[in-house]
Amino acid sequence: MIPGPFSYRKAASLEEAIALLQQYGGEAKVLSGGQSLIPMMKFRLAEPAVIVDINRIPGLDAIEERNGILAIGGLVREVALERSPLIRQRYPIIADTAEVVADPLVRNLATIGGNLAHGDPANDHPATMLALRAEVVARGPGGERVIPIDDFFVDTFTTALAPDEILTEIRIPAPPPRSGGAYMKFERKVGDYAVAAAAAFLVLDEAGKIARAGIGLTNVYYKPIRAEAAENALVGQVPSDGLFRTAAELAAQATDPTTDLRGPAEYKRAVARTMTLRALKAALSRAQVA
Amino acid sequence: MTTTPIRGLGHPVKRKEDPRFIRGKGTYVDDIKLPGMLFLDIVRSPYAHARIKRIDPSKALAMPGVVDVITGAELEKAGLAWMPTLMSDRQMVLPTDRVVYYAQEVAAVVATDRYTAADAVLAVEVEYEPLTPVLDPFKALEPGAPLVRPDREQKTNHIWHWEAGDKEKTDRIFQEAEVVVSQDLYIPRIHVCSIETCGCVVNYDRATDKLTIWMTSQAPHAHRTVFSLVSGIPEHKIRIISPDIGGGFGGKVPVYPGYVIATYAALKLGKPIKWIEDRSENLQADSFARDYHIHAELAATRDGRIRAMRVHTVADHGAFDAAANPSKFPAGLFSVCTGSYDMEAAHVAVDGVYTNKPPGGVAYRCSFRVTEAVHTIERMVDILADELGMDPAEIRFKNFIRPEQFPYKSPTGWEYDSGNYPATLQKALDAIGYQELRREQAERRARGELMGIGISTFTEIVGAGPSHTFDILGIKMFDSAEIRVHPTGSAIVRIGVQTQGQGHETTFAQIVAEELGLPVENIIVEHGDTDTAPYGLGTYASRSTPTAGAATAVAARKIREKARLIAAHLLEVSPDDLEWRDYAFRVKGAPDRFKTMQEIAFAAYTNFPQGLEGGLEAVCYYDPPNLTFPFGAYVCVVDIDRGTGQVKIREFLAVDDCGTIINPMIVEGQIHGGLTMGMAPALFEEIVYDENGTMLTGTFMDYLLPTAMETPHWKTDKTVTPSPHHPLGAKGVGESPTIGAPPAIVNAVVDALSHLGVRHIDIPITPAKLYQILVEKGVAE
Ligand SMILES: Cc1cc2nc3c(=O)[nH]c(=O)nc-3n(C[C@H](O)[C@H](O)[C@H](O)COP(=O)(O)OP(=O)(O)OC[C@H]3O[C@@H](n4cnc5c(N)ncnc54)[C@H](O)[C@@H]3O)c2cc1C
Repeated sequence: MIPGPFSYRKAASLEEAIALLQQYGGEAKVLSGGQSLIPMMKFRLAEPAVIVDINRIPGLDAIEERNGILAIGGLVREVALERSPLIRQRYPIIADTAEVVADPLVRNLATIGGNLAHGDPANDHPATMLALRAEVVARGPGGERVIPIDDFFVDTFTTALAPDEILTEIRIPAPPPRSGGAYMKFERKVGDYAVAAAAAFLVLDEAGKIARAGIGLTNVYYKPIRAEAAENALVGQVPSDGLFRTAAELAAQATDPTTDLRGPAEYKRAVARTMTLRALKAALSRAQVA
Repeated sequence: MTTTPIRGLGHPVKRKEDPRFIRGKGTYVDDIKLPGMLFLDIVRSPYAHARIKRIDPSKALAMPGVVDVITGAELEKAGLAWMPTLMSDRQMVLPTDRVVYYAQEVAAVVATDRYTAADAVLAVEVEYEPLTPVLDPFKALEPGAPLVRPDREQKTNHIWHWEAGDKEKTDRIFQEAEVVVSQDLYIPRIHVCSIETCGCVVNYDRATDKLTIWMTSQAPHAHRTVFSLVSGIPEHKIRIISPDIGGGFGGKVPVYPGYVIATYAALKLGKPIKWIEDRSENLQADSFARDYHIHAELAATRDGRIRAMRVHTVADHGAFDAAANPSKFPAGLFSVCTGSYDMEAAHVAVDGVYTNKPPGGVAYRCSFRVTEAVHTIERMVDILADELGMDPAEIRFKNFIRPEQFPYKSPTGWEYDSGNYPATLQKALDAIGYQELRREQAERRARGELMGIGISTFTEIVGAGPSHTFDILGIKMFDSAEIRVHPTGSAIVRIGVQTQGQGHETTFAQIVAEELGLPVENIIVEHGDTDTAPYGLGTYASRSTPTAGAATAVAARKIREKARLIAAHLLEVSPDDLEWRDYAFRVKGAPDRFKTMQEIAFAAYTNFPQGLEGGLEAVCYYDPPNLTFPFGAYVCVVDIDRGTGQVKIREFLAVDDCGTIINPMIVEGQIHGGLTMGMAPALFEEIVYDENGTMLTGTFMDYLLPTAMETPHWKTDKTVTPSPHHPLGAKGVGESPTIGAPPAIVNAVVDALSHLGVRHIDIPITPAKLYQILVEKGVAE
């Protein structure tokens, strides 16, 4: 578990980091928390020639609400999300998610930007961001662009980011009244990636019907997915156990998991259903008090 | 008189070793750094079975910093391509023509730094011709199966057949029995996973001809002897130092190829060599444990009296039998599988088999295959109870060996030293509220909820062992202690066993404190250096307290006898007029006239009687008259999540009896750790291979070690039934929880589903496995 040879560059600014990425082309990799990249290098699954460390770049670690959105800097660590009063009070679904990522040692370093940019369907934040209809802000040689989350995850370990682009911010619409979300993950042990996990976000109208629904799923498809049919089944309906079961079943049908040590595909699909059901119930009870 | 408290037996003395560990000041093998040291790394096989056509080291040798590449061909010339295992099999150090398991050592690279060594490993070109591997031991026994070990004279994958008990009598009882239950049980391969991996630093001093090896060894003396026999280097020219050890659990008893290659390289190159495995190498290639395919049967009367037990086991040993059992026990002490129950007869047969998997069959915290034995009997008793519609507690009370039957001769030939099984189980049931739990279970079942209660009432067998029966490669399994009391009344104790976390530096000091009346803080314990410690067989199988602990007590008593003579001289009375009471020699009838050990120690160097040698020291090589038999009663309560198949341990109570307790805090710590290590294979751990024999669980992402988060709140309690033959009445304890916990957990899970017709589930009971059962029984959510 010793990485191959590489050289290390520490960028002081976004401009410098982008210039370095341009200079080395596909040979270079951005280093954030390093909790996905470094293990892959140690197993020699990734052998980048150059590491561009962006940890010293100022201004990428803020969590703030402005103009009806929540903006989370790309370098915000999991531990900061877990502890942020703003996140805990207004966005408990994000706190749910951060808390079940890996273990405390990893969470002290791992960043939300890296969690999305890695493009790993096993990572937890993508599902939540899909359920919340987030946007990803990227900076590259040509300036800044905003990518809707639905366009962000392209393939396993592949996102819409170009090799010389840096994820700088994640934007999430501020929660409307009567909304609530929850993330439910089933893992074999703490620190494990999900057998299956589900993020659910619900907005109720004044009559108590579901006005908007978001459901994202973790580790049950070749990339993070949104369970669109399940969402559609919920909208316009009065929440009930039966309705949630139908939606959970639709979510399970949207999955295409692989059989591995976490269990057979059929099992993972069943767990996706259970997690969706439980996430919907938790989201509803939060929406009803919000 | 000293005012410092003695704090001998029974005191919860804080561990003397902890200050250095807590401060990060321990010295592990990887902390040893010598000038000019080179680094060794190993090329490993990507195939489970293949012919090696060619090894080309030229690209690696051309890399800057690469000093040498060592292959089997080179070792063969030195007579070192093969080495003996502790089970009298032989094992490849480096192959000359074929590899027989995935991740097997193929060649070794020596370089000036660790990173270059790792890069060079990838640059060694090896051409393989893949061969069909045989992975299933039953298939390995079929005619025409690929031969794992063509080097052997016997052209079969069968290694040995071993049996115990009375076959005829057992078969007769089975023929006439009113009730017979039978079950196949598989206990999977698991790994010891000590947090410190294996490794060594070898230094050969050409000026003095002395070979010093710092090595992760649970048995440094035995390893020195093996090294001397294999290499021909005289034993006094070899020094093995086993420094702080980050967990052993049986995995640091065997000799691994890496040790031998590193030693060869140090001798050849004249430079110190460091070899440290990484985590995946440790998981993939070091000795595994378990892998027992068990077929078990019980014969009983209709009213629930067990009459006989019959067991046949196929033991998968991988490509080399590299277990570390006593010579006469290729299946360890598995024949203790009649457990805590009195029965008329038993017959146990085990067949060892080669497969294309890593070698081993070491004891992983199980005192030589006792985990397998206990799992078998504790599961079978529950299965019998289910067959008869009896309560699992009731059937146990009915069949326990009664307290008055001790010493009890078991049908497979063991003599249990002491026990009081009904008292221990009753204590556990009362404490957990067994009847109330059964009522709750009935209510929950009516609501469709799945809750189970599991009991395990195990008997351990530890303290190998008496010289008439126990040896490793011919070396008798005694153990030793040497005590020197210094003039000012402090002492050094050196022992033949080697701690890896058990707290020897504390408990052995407490034994001496108790026996000599010296404060525990004035006693230092040393071990692990073969140049200074007395010869011993090492620490594993919970043997330290039964053997070296006894040696320490006996050596201390020898010192006390000499001290009596000095005290008599000082008090000007006859030695017979003195009695040892309240940590001093006192004149009988005049207890205020006394001499403490501190005063006596000073006199031993300054004012000893004529005709007596000066000094105050003693040595004991203790040959235990028997093994010790700790036992316990564990009760586990589980709830099952019908939506995921997850087992949640709601409550777990462990009542242990390990005889006299030296340090209750250390015993509790051992039990807590052991329970977690018992839960691990029950619910999480398993080494998995694919159909090609590639290991799929070579990292901690895939090989699931439970953490504090998965660990329930363990409740512990005790009963104390001293061993009648141990000088302190102590038994071993380290492994009791590891062997007792798995069946308690499995019994609880099966109990939760017994009303649905579930009678057995093999470990590990993973959520996926359990969910499948819930689906089949129509209760999945
Ligand atoms: C033991 C362990 C368990 C884990 N368990 C979980 C889990 O349960 N759930 C979970 O979600 N995650 C888990 N992780 C992954 C962890 O959360 C990752 O660290 C995280 O997904 C990536 O964040 P990072 O900051 O560490 O990224 P890095 O490892 O630094 O980078 C990951 C990838 O993203 C790229 N990248 C990083 N930041 C940017 C950026 N700002 N712009 C562009 N590209 C970027 C890198 O070049 C690299 O390719 C686990 C990790 C470990 C070591």
